[in-house]
Amino acid sequence: MSTASVPLPNWITYGLMPLLNLIVAFLISGLVVWWIGENPIEALKLLIEGSLGRGDAIGFTLFYTTSFIFTGLSVAVAFHAGLFNIGSEGQAYVGGLGAALVALSLDQYVPWYVTMPFAVIGAAVFGAAWAFIPAWLQAKRGSHIVITTIMFNFIGAALMVYLLVHVLIVPGKMAPETRTFLPGGQLPKLDWLMALFGLKLGPAPFNVSFLIALVMCFLVWVLIWRSKLGYEMRTLGISPSAAVYAGIPYARTVIIAMLISGGLAGMMALNPVMGSSARLQVEFVGGAGFVGIAVSLMGRSHPLGIIFAALLFGILYQGGADLSFEMPNITREMIVVIQGLVILFAGALEYMFRPTMVHIYQRFKRA
Amino acid sequence: MSGLRIRKGKALSQHPAIELIGIDKSFGAVHANKNINLSVAKGTIHGIIGENGAGKSTLMSILYGFYQADRGEIRVDGQSVAIKDSQAAIGHGIGMVHQHFMLVENFSVLENIMLGAEGGQLLAKGRSGARAELKRLEDEYGLEVDPDAIIEDLPVGTQQRVEILKALYRGADILILDEPTGVLTPAEADHLFKVLKVLRDQGKTVILITHKLREIMAITDDVSVMRRGEMVATRKTAETTVEELAELMVGRRVLLRVEKGEPKVGKVLLSVRNLTVKDSRGVVMVDDVSFDVREGEIVGIAGVAGNGQSELLEAIAGIRKPASGEIQLDGKPIADADPARLRELGLAHIPEDRHHMGLVLKFEEYENAVLGYHRDKRYGSGALLDLNAIRADAAEKIEKYDIRPPNPRLKTANFSGGNQQKIVVAREIERDPKALIIGQPTRGVDIGAIEFIHRRIVEMRDAGKAILLVSVELDEIRSLSDRILVMFAGKVVGEKGADASEQTLGLMMAGIAA
Repeated sequence: MSTASVPLPNWITYGLMPLLNLIVAFLISGLVVWWIGENPIEALKLLIEGSLGRGDAIGFTLFYTTSFIFTGLSVAVAFHAGLFNIGSEGQAYVGGLGAALVALSLDQYVPWYVTMPFAVIGAAVFGAAWAFIPAWLQAKRGSHIVITTIMFNFIGAALMVYLLVHVLIVPGKMAPETRTFLPGGQLPKLDWLMALFGLKLGPAPFNVSFLIALVMCFLVWVLIWRSKLGYEMRTLGISPSAAVYAGIPYARTVIIAMLISGGLAGMMALNPVMGSSARLQVEFVGGAGFVGIAVSLMGRSHPLGIIFAALLFGILYQGGADLSFEMPNITREMIVVIQGLVILFAGALEYMFRPTMVHIYQRFKRA
Repeated sequence: MSGLRIRKGKALSQHPAIELIGIDKSFGAVHANKNINLSVAKGTIHGIIGENGAGKSTLMSILYGFYQADRGEIRVDGQSVAIKDSQAAIGHGIGMVHQHFMLVENFSVLENIMLGAEGGQLLAKGRSGARAELKRLEDEYGLEVDPDAIIEDLPVGTQQRVEILKALYRGADILILDEPTGVLTPAEADHLFKVLKVLRDQGKTVILITHKLREIMAITDDVSVMRRGEMVATRKTAETTVEELAELMVGRRVLLRVEKGEPKVGKVLLSVRNLTVKDSRGVVMVDDVSFDVREGEIVGIAGVAGNGQSELLEAIAGIRKPASGEIQLDGKPIADADPARLRELGLAHIPEDRHHMGLVLKFEEYENAVLGYHRDKRYGSGALLDLNAIRADAAEKIEKYDIRPPNPRLKTANFSGGNQQKIVVAREIERDPKALIIGQPTRGVDIGAIEFIHRRIVEMRDAGKAILLVSVELDEIRSLSDRILVMFAGKVVGEKGADASEQTLGLMMAGIAA
């Protein structure tokens, strides 16, 4: 209580403390691993090797990272406007429909780089549309955005299954998925980027949407910290009463923020749908929308932080998959536990060490 | 019951009730308390006075266990004690009445008093015990209050009485009151002083924190003055003067009255007709109010907080939609305009609550310097903000208004109250508006800054602006206004000239005479 007002230098707040949280999370994860009878050091080694040790491992890690950047940005943009968008999962799912429709209609006629901008727009528009109804309900009717967005995740999932099973399915096939896109509807892999570092991508689906994600990071940064709209969103997010005083329209700002948030979530679909499987499948989002919440929390809703946090979760995803393969004792569920510990310490308990930190810092300063 | 009253045996020792020896406390770079020594004699009312940010609240928070001192010793009744939290403070017989009451609004008086001292898992036994104890306290100290009344139905003065009873119920021998009269009518304040005197005569020790010199003179036996974290003087109240105390507080001579000439009044700029405003529950807060403010005059609205002044300001500022009535600015109807449009039309607003309205405390200073005006072409022609222009603008205002520290990149929360208010005042005045509406311009602002802000307001008047001023500080209303309107229960109950006496206004504010 008494240390909350004490300012700490940025390198402690944004560097040392997250690192400390991460170390504690890994230490406790290590205890869990040790408890189920495996060697924690060995497990950590496998985790790192499995995610960063080879070209294709890095490729997979960055593939996951890409998805998490999009959903992390989505959560962050809404968060700056004081909105807790839990619906990135559903918005990404519906965004996939937008991307797929563009790909299906253009892939026979034009090369990928012509399809890509339309696909980006299609994914964003569909994702934004899915965020619009909760946004409107929040802005005009006061229905809480957490409740509505989470319900829209379920509605979105049901809608997509319906469309894939009854409408988009290839006639005569059993799998609920669209036809495979032609190369004109696919986002190419980034082999050349890996080659620059002397790495081979192999089968990993690391693709152009990673670059789109980085561009979006920059655009989100401009939006939040350099634009008038971002200024209004931040004002509303920090102090709704000051926003009223300043004449910032509540409903409009809430809706726009949610549209942008939904659009960013929708773009996540580019990565798996057009960059990896080249078709729209059920459940392709696979929880990335929820990971986005953790990524945004850990990255302090800043694009740069989000890149690092997304990378961390990419490592946990890819390395975790490899680890559970190499150490059968460590099941897929164990990996989820470890991820949960990281979220717990880096997100929910991010201020746990702050009072101690303040005391140490003050002692050093006085000395 | 008896387990609750953990008190040291009352030996008739001649130790002071409280002794602070060498108390030192820093928050980061801010040295809030520097080697403070203080001795409070038993059975006295001891005033602690100082500007905002002088360290009074920090010192009392240390005494009450909210903060731990970095160095120093606290002695209660001659015994060195460690006060780790408020439980420990209560254990040593120290009770606190906060500036903002810590009451559960929809609980009864009795329930609030028992809260945290229920005396067991089941309420019935504790309740009857508490009722008896409450009766005893009432008889002993003349603190009358209906134990079954619901807090939110009670007037503010009575709620404060409940706070005092809460502390006494927990066995407090030493009562700390933090700015207790801020929310009271003059009559309620008088009553509070009577109660405090009874408490003192019954042997309790009272520590009164305030920045109002008049209260110190009226009620205390001793007074200690704090300035910039240091205890600069302790005096017997009978042996000092208001002027001396003011000078000790600020460290230089202070002008306590605003110097201004006769107003040069022009045409009507702001006109309010039959305005009725309801709050979110539909209760009428402003009831059929009409008045004009002309060029070159300051119209003050006096009234006890909560009589509709805030809602009136908000309605004019476009923050709250009026239920009926008309508002005109320079002949244009503005009752339906939003705050952004009103700024374009030339209406500036210094809000009552800078923490929640006037400023975004987590923003850097320069970001707040354009709040509400951020869509202006000067701060970026397109969708983007021109940060260089904004920062240059902020730096200019910082220099002109002597805002300290002069750093536009500092987080606004890290400025003192006075400097925060200067940020708001600079932003609103420097736009050169036609009319200016001002709420509580100097609440929680130190004396030096009050003087400065008052002078700016008078300059605006002399430049021919129409100014509407709302303040709960009667002194401020009287020294700034050219005309004074008094609001009571949502209505304007009368108009007086600037020479109206405090008693007259006080009675009108209490709704007794017109």
